[in-house]
Amino acid sequence: MNAPRLTLGPLLFHWSASRRRDFYFRIADEAPVDTVYVGEVVCSKREPMVEAVQDEVIARLRAAGKEVVLSTLALVTTPREVERIRERVDGELLLEANDVACIQLLGGRPHVVGPYVNVFNEGAREVVVGQGAVRIVLPIEMNITSLRVVAGTAGSTQIEYQVFGRQPLSVAMRCYHARANNLTKDHCQIICGVDPEGLVAETIDGLELLTVNGTQTLTRGNGVLLGELGLLREAGVTHFRLSPQELDMVAVAALYREVLDGRREVGEAVGALRAVAGEAPWINGFLHGRPGRQWVEPRA
Amino acid sequence: MTIRYMELVCPAGTPAALRTAVDGGADTVYCGFRDCTNARNYPGLNFDFDELCEGVAYAHARDCKVLVAINTFPRAGDEGPWHRAVDQAAAAGADAVILADLGVLAYATRAQPQLRRHLSVQASAANAPSIKFYQQQFGVRRVVLPRVLAVDEVAELIADTGIETEVFAFGSVGPMSEGRCFLSSYLTGLSPTSEGACAPASHVAYSEVGGRVLSRLGDVTLNSFARGEAAAYPTPCKGRYVTHGRSSYLFEEPIGLNAISILAELKGAGVTALKIEGRQRSRAYVAEVVATFRRALDALDRGDVVTPVGTLHGSTEGGRETRGAYEKGWR
Repeated sequence: MNAPRLTLGPLLFHWSASRRRDFYFRIADEAPVDTVYVGEVVCSKREPMVEAVQDEVIARLRAAGKEVVLSTLALVTTPREVERIRERVDGELLLEANDVACIQLLGGRPHVVGPYVNVFNEGAREVVVGQGAVRIVLPIEMNITSLRVVAGTAGSTQIEYQVFGRQPLSVAMRCYHARANNLTKDHCQIICGVDPEGLVAETIDGLELLTVNGTQTLTRGNGVLLGELGLLREAGVTHFRLSPQELDMVAVAALYREVLDGRREVGEAVGALRAVAGEAPWINGFLHGRPGRQWVEPRA
Repeated sequence: MTIRYMELVCPAGTPAALRTAVDGGADTVYCGFRDCTNARNYPGLNFDFDELCEGVAYAHARDCKVLVAINTFPRAGDEGPWHRAVDQAAAAGADAVILADLGVLAYATRAQPQLRRHLSVQASAANAPSIKFYQQQFGVRRVVLPRVLAVDEVAELIADTGIETEVFAFGSVGPMSEGRCFLSSYLTGLSPTSEGACAPASHVAYSEVGGRVLSRLGDVTLNSFARGEAAAYPTPCKGRYVTHGRSSYLFEEPIGLNAISILAELKGAGVTALKIEGRQRSRAYVAEVVATFRRALDALDRGDVVTPVGTLHGSTEGGRETRGAYEKGWR
């Protein structure tokens, strides 16, 4: 078994250019991750702000020896969005395809299939591998039984799964962040930028349930699969994704790295993660075939 | 290309509903097998193989086509039921299958090449390159477009790809990109994408508290409403949530999609077929909606002005109507 790879998924929230630059510079300098995904996944209206610092972020990450992958939109609808992807397929960076449109535009070039493309089974995996996928990030809804089948028989195809951070539940054409602020998507004032970790939506009886992030909906809880890293490795997962949030991601990466490398006991790492992971509840239900919002105590 | 008629594609949740739709003037009906292979896997619905054969015979004898939806995503290690469904649809003489999963599309292309393939809305193909991918890889002949596009965007896609399109004309407003929404499994543990039921009835509960009705999915409260107040079936995207201290229908109001007032625009955009949603609805619903759209399409074909406003309020979700994403302001 090859050494497990730790990755930092694309930043899903809309941060200012300076904050974004500072965040990635620190990741480049200090975080023990092998791969960093950059680029906008949620909304093309954010792209100009994202791209303002993208070149220097990529240069810094590459200089630090990180593999850099350029993530693309999860829901592509306009010709302009299509053109933006088309411009990138011949670039130096590996692309993460999050919509079938990107797979088509890649025309067989090697790429990563992101978690927003439905690869739930071996048949779908074979189709995307036939199109040039070298790595597949499995959808977060997948449970361990299915994951074992898809990852366990993937051969040389790398398999990635998110093991830390809010879990993506849906993408939409409509912007709920705008709607929650009495705006519409076409006149949104990029209001999602005021909530660096998204906007929490509660049920009417006060349960914090969801996180609104522009057109995307995420879980409120933090997906934490620190106790399942061994299980996932055995199942065939090769790449372990951390999803950026407004907390000390360098410390989070260090903890996951230590557990993956067998340098720290899970129980101890869990305690340390509690100290840095903020107040959001922890969840891991999807992997265990339970409601996604639940927490199942992982077996030691 | 001049399309004389737009094809009216109607729901057949049961053999009885199939006959109702055929008799009511459907050009085409769509149905699914009684298992997890279709996205309306609810108790009391759908067809077994013999029922499908009888349904196809009934429809074909009346010059009506039958489509079979096999539009969920197989569980890993268990693709057999989906492959069998494709083979049985072909054996029953269905006119096409409606597919979403890449692996099932590959199987159907390989195993039943003569069987016409349509792309389900569950595949969420909302742009020209995606549609071209499915055309080139799997010979897909028709795409059911996601409910996220405005009429001019629909026209542009048709011009770009030359594919037949089927668009939703009546039913619910699906605000999320379909086939990629995990909200229901987040609350229930059951996946709409692989088990075919969003907000399964087994996990829905209603109770009355202080004169108001509470609806719950799993152990999560999704809505509270007064008796008589319009409220949608408790799928997570139709619930009330609190943001900024204010309760609202964050994702979508309890409102139904009705495109009957823009049929001419859809025809002008080059749309091939209009889809009526509602395999889980009653025969009375099917009869009323099919008849109303049949009259409207016939009037359109004669060049008459279509003025059906107000005729279907009893059948729309929540009793109110919208043209959804077909209108720009919806986003």
